[in-house]
Amino acid sequence: MKPKVGVVVFPGSNCDHDAYYSFRKVLDCDTKFLWHKGPDLQNSDLIVLPGGFSYGDYLRTGAIARFSPIMDSVINFAINGGCVVGICNGFQILLEAGLLPGVMLKNKSLQFVCKDVYLSVANDDTLFTKDISPETVLKIPVAHGDGNYFADENTLKTLEENNQIVFRYCSPEGTLDGNYNPNGSVKNIAGIMNKKGNILGMMPHPERSCNPVLGKTDGQLIFRSIINNIFN
Amino acid sequence: MLIKRRPSILDPQGKAVEKGAILLGINNIKDTRINKYIEFSVDSNDRIAAEKEVNEYCSKLLANPIMEDYEFTLEEV
Repeated sequence: MKPKVGVVVFPGSNCDHDAYYSFRKVLDCDTKFLWHKGPDLQNSDLIVLPGGFSYGDYLRTGAIARFSPIMDSVINFAINGGCVVGICNGFQILLEAGLLPGVMLKNKSLQFVCKDVYLSVANDDTLFTKDISPETVLKIPVAHGDGNYFADENTLKTLEENNQIVFRYCSPEGTLDGNYNPNGSVKNIAGIMNKKGNILGMMPHPERSCNPVLGKTDGQLIFRSIINNIFN
Repeated sequence: MLIKRRPSILDPQGKAVEKGAILLGINNIKDTRINKYIEFSVDSNDRIAAEKEVNEYCSKLLANPIMEDYEFTLEEV
């Protein structure tokens, strides 16, 4: 059985259609768009907060979307163990909503970075990575101006102790190296999850590397892992 | 209302602006920080209630207390 997927659409989301296409057409899941103004998650098993520039990134990235009417439902769903994946702006929204710890700062370079990056799987025993062999290096694009993940020492210690870091930027060979970190994020962090393991936030865009026509399909590995394990 | 990033948090915009100062030939500038100054009106006759409301606005939305500190002043008009 495949999960029902709900892709939330905020004003300014621009990766919603890519996410919809990946789950609906590539992975053949029952997928719906969920407009941010309603509270109804339409019985979704998986909620995707897509990338984009919700509310024009005004104030801070994700700061206003976090108060969109649908977010109360998303927060309840997540607290009760529902699977939520925030990609790029979606990750920023999860941070602002307090569903994941830490904050997102402007890229260290001050530049908007749009390119393929390499990710190592920091924890292969998660809903999101269970079906990916641990030595795999994923090639997935990033596209953001505020992806410089930051958390204080205590938060980082907790993240590491609980194995909540899911993806880190690395070299094409899989070596952790600051030179391959596109935004200056602390400890090369590209994606983290909550302690319970049902909420993932990541800056790279798996939905942009799902369709073979685009020449890269590593994003499928993450989405397939979720689909295969969400009901376990 | 004034929102400042915590001193421990790097301000890349401030650093970039400072590089501009050096290009201009102004060499003694240090510790540039780009902060936020926000103005708004509160429709209320009760100062204490207004302060409470403003505080909620600041702490829940305008500032992110994880990385920013804020202060505000209320002026009667």
